[in-house]
Amino acid sequence: MSGYLSGVLAILGINIIFAYSIYITAATGQLNLGGAGFQAIGAYACALLSNELGLPIYLTLVFSAILGGAISFLIAFPVLRTKGVYMVLATFAIAEIVAGIILNTDYLGGPTGMIVNAYIETEVVLVVAVIIVILGFYIMSTRIGLAMRAVHDDEAVADLMGVDKRAIQVGAFTIGGAIAGLSGGLYALYFGFIEAQYFNANISIFVLLYVLIGGTQTAWGPLVGASFFTLIPEALRIGDDWRFFIFGVIIVIMMIFRPEGIVTRDALERVWRQLFSGKRNV
Amino acid sequence: MLFEQVLQQIINGLMLGSIYISVAVAFTLAIGILNFLNFTIPALYMLAGMVGWSLSQYGVPFGLSGPINWAFALFIGIICAILASLLVERFTYRYFKMKHGDATEHAIPLVSSLGFLLIFEYIILIAHGSDTRGFSTAFSNLDWRIGGFIISIPQLLSLVFSILIVAGLSVLLKRSKVGRALRAIAENPDAATIMGIDVDRIVPIVFILIGFLCGISAAIFAINYHEVSPYMGDHVGTKAIAAMVIGGLGSVWGAIAGGLIVGLSETLSIYFFGASSAQITVWGLLLVLLVFRPTGLFGHNAIGKGKF
Repeated sequence: MSGYLSGVLAILGINIIFAYSIYITAATGQLNLGGAGFQAIGAYACALLSNELGLPIYLTLVFSAILGGAISFLIAFPVLRTKGVYMVLATFAIAEIVAGIILNTDYLGGPTGMIVNAYIETEVVLVVAVIIVILGFYIMSTRIGLAMRAVHDDEAVADLMGVDKRAIQVGAFTIGGAIAGLSGGLYALYFGFIEAQYFNANISIFVLLYVLIGGTQTAWGPLVGASFFTLIPEALRIGDDWRFFIFGVIIVIMMIFRPEGIVTRDALERVWRQLFSGKRNV
Repeated sequence: MLFEQVLQQIINGLMLGSIYISVAVAFTLAIGILNFLNFTIPALYMLAGMVGWSLSQYGVPFGLSGPINWAFALFIGIICAILASLLVERFTYRYFKMKHGDATEHAIPLVSSLGFLLIFEYIILIAHGSDTRGFSTAFSNLDWRIGGFIISIPQLLSLVFSILIVAGLSVLLKRSKVGRALRAIAENPDAATIMGIDVDRIVPIVFILIGFLCGISAAIFAINYHEVSPYMGDHVGTKAIAAMVIGGLGSVWGAIAGGLIVGLSETLSIYFFGASSAQITVWGLLLVLLVFRPTGLFGHNAIGKGKF
């Protein structure tokens, strides 16, 4: 595998994992605009554990997921008291606070960043990405996934039907935080250097866009969205500025013609029917 | 001495807050009337500043004219922000009302406004690069010293000016016919249509106001701090969002209070705890307020709680 290709694949893997973390929350109807904050927590946890304690790589990744999950579990209670726009802004505030704390802590390298000693190959990132994608599909196929969809479509009715709305929302937020922490850990180990400035508002916005453009109705959404927006610019081989300009244009056009995202339940059913027509009477 | 220094910081904080006020009011109008978290506002703000700078430096593109006088250039910058805001209206808000049979439909304007944010920012970055540019205006250094305190006159004027504009806006919303129509739309767009309000013609007025407020605020910033940059909108935009939430979504006077509170807490925390602490103070304040008083200081109970 050439260096360029393996680099692109690693970024793709990290983006897909990150997209699933936001997707799990979005699937319950909560928009999380603070993804970068949870990613930063995972990245710094991973870096510290491997630099200071010399833990093996797999253990550091597990711990960065656990820490991301634990912190988002604690934050979930105050944050989920807020709704709608307030929730978006509260998660945004959390990401800003995390970045601010890292910038002000000398132990974490402050504004100069931190070098990570351990290192992982692209293959590890891809294996973890495959596991997370399977996990995402599995969660959405269980009763929990069904409850998440119910809460997403109508909170009040889901509540009336006996779905524990609060448990579902807190659970989804926690799992999302854990997966974001994991993606941060992988980022730290793959690139070998982390700084607070990388985990900025733009990263949170982009990952939310991957998910919303991919579609929040099915577990295909984040996979398609993250792959689309990571691979298309690479395939076009255009400068960074033009890349984001075209990204913006695609978003505006997408929202006009396919506001539910690239992959929707309807579209999937239609494809299924075409593939297996005759075998199934739908 | 400490007391006097702190007092000076308080003055500086109020001046800084005056920049945030107009942008926060732009955000709060979009949320309060249209229930739309308009993320293009930082880009509109930056657009006015950068277009003004570019015109005063190089003149109209493609060599159509020489460098333009700074005041006129800033005026054209404000017009550009208004036009850009109308473009956003055409491609975001109009699709708000389309039904797609799923609860995510309300994320449509939010997401496409993020798309426009990228488009505007990167147009400027492609055209002018990412450097911070000096912007010289007629007011170079006008400080007013009273009793050892330094008050910059343009800043004082801009504080008064933003409060006047916002006060005028508030009167407009309360008294005029357009204002009554806007408040009716804020309450319930469907009912407003039934009552004979032409929603499609009234809504662009909100976007014109948003563009105007962003443009004015950017012009005030350029005159006060003598610099513009493609990233100027990000800093002011995030602080203005904080100001809006602290004041309460949809409340014009809340946005003024919020702007001043954010400006104050920013300068005071920089003075006491160093430059990068402002981020923690401002957003920490916001988070605590959201948890204990989710509607902000003056916010209305029903605004911004709708689903996405």
